[in-house]
Amino acid sequence: MRRLVGFILLSLTALALPAAAAEFNAVQAEKSTLVFSYKQMNVGMNGRFRKFAVQMSFDPDKAESAKVGFDVDLASIDTGFPEGDQEIADKQWFNTAAFPTAHFASTRITVLDRNRAEVAGQLTIKGHTQAVTVPASVTMQGDQATFDGSFVLKRADFAIGEGPWADFGIVANEIQVTFHILANRTK
Amino acid sequence: MKSYTLTAITLHWLMAFAIIGMFFVGFYMVGLPVSPEKFRLFSWHKWTGITIFLLAILRLSWRIAHRPPKLPEHMSRVEQFAAVTGHRLIYVLMFAIPLSGWLMSSAKGVQTVYFGVLAIPDLLAKNSQLGDLLLTLHLSLNLLQIVVVAGHVAAAFKHHFIDRDDVLIRMLPGSPAARRHPS
Repeated sequence: MRRLVGFILLSLTALALPAAAAEFNAVQAEKSTLVFSYKQMNVGMNGRFRKFAVQMSFDPDKAESAKVGFDVDLASIDTGFPEGDQEIADKQWFNTAAFPTAHFASTRITVLDRNRAEVAGQLTIKGHTQAVTVPASVTMQGDQATFDGSFVLKRADFAIGEGPWADFGIVANEIQVTFHILANRTK
Repeated sequence: MKSYTLTAITLHWLMAFAIIGMFFVGFYMVGLPVSPEKFRLFSWHKWTGITIFLLAILRLSWRIAHRPPKLPEHMSRVEQFAAVTGHRLIYVLMFAIPLSGWLMSSAKGVQTVYFGVLAIPDLLAKNSQLGDLLLTLHLSLNLLQIVVVAGHVAAAFKHHFIDRDDVLIRMLPGSPAARRHPS
C-alpha cells in the first residue's frame, strides 16, 4: 500500500513538474530479460522468467534518487524443461499457489561512477524478505537506457527447495540472477 | 587349451556387469518422479556410461593387440558367422550406446560433467526434438543390445552344456590357461 501511495505521489509530481520529468521510466518489457543460472550436480543450468514487470524512475542527473521495483510472475518460469517448470511451482520450491509473485523494491542507490551504481533493496520471495545489494550499470543512447546487473541469491534464504531438495549437492544454493532492462525517457 | 588373457577376462566381466546394471538402472530412473534420487541416478548413469565408453576403447585396443583364441573347429560356417557378427555388434554397441546417451543429454540441454569434475563439451546445442529422437535411438540400441547379449549368453551355455567345448570356460577368471599366461 505504501508503495502504491508512493507511486501515485511520484506520478503526481511528474505531472506537476513536467520540466523535471525527463527521466527514464517507460520500461520496454518485451526487450527486457530476467534470467538465472545455477549448478545442478555441478552441471551449469540456466533459465528465465517470461513475465515480470519493472517500475522505474531514473533521472541521470539525480541518480541517487532513482527508484526501481520488480514484480516477477514466478509461474512464468522457463527452466528449459516442462517437468522442471511444473516441479518448481510445488510447495517445496516456489509454492506459486500461495506466493505467486516475487518482489524487489529499491531502498537506496549508491552511485559508483557515471555508469555504475549499487542498488540496495528488499527482495521478497515465498514470504521471506532479505536485503540485497545489486551492482548495476547503465548505458544511455538518446531517449533509451539499458540497465544491466547481476547478483547471487542463496535459495535457502527464501526456502526455495525444501525437504529433500534442501541438499545443495543436487541443486546448488547459489543462484545467479541477471537482468537486462530497456527503458525509454518520457518527456 | 588357449585362453583369453587375464586383462581380456577382467574387462569382459567388468563390462558385462556394468552394462547389464546400467540397462536396468536406465529403465528404472526414467520412470521416477522428479526427485533428488532421480537427479543422482541420472548423473551416475551418465558417469558410468562414460566409464563404459573408456573401457570399450581400452578393450578394443587390447583385442587388436592380443588376438583372442580361435572359435572351436566343430562350429559350422553359419555358427561361425553368427558368433563373429554377434561379437562385432556387441563391440559397436559398447561405443554407440554411450555416444547416443551423451548426445541425447546435450540435445536435452544438460551438459555431461564426468563425476561432477570434468565438463565434456557439448557436440550438439539444445534441441528438444533432436533430444527426443536421440532418446528413441538410445532406447532402441539398448533393446538391440539386450537381444544380442541374450543370444551371446545362450550361445555360451550351448557351447558348455551341449557342445561340451571350452568356449565358456576359457572366459572364466580361474581358467587354467589364464593362470598360465597372466598378462
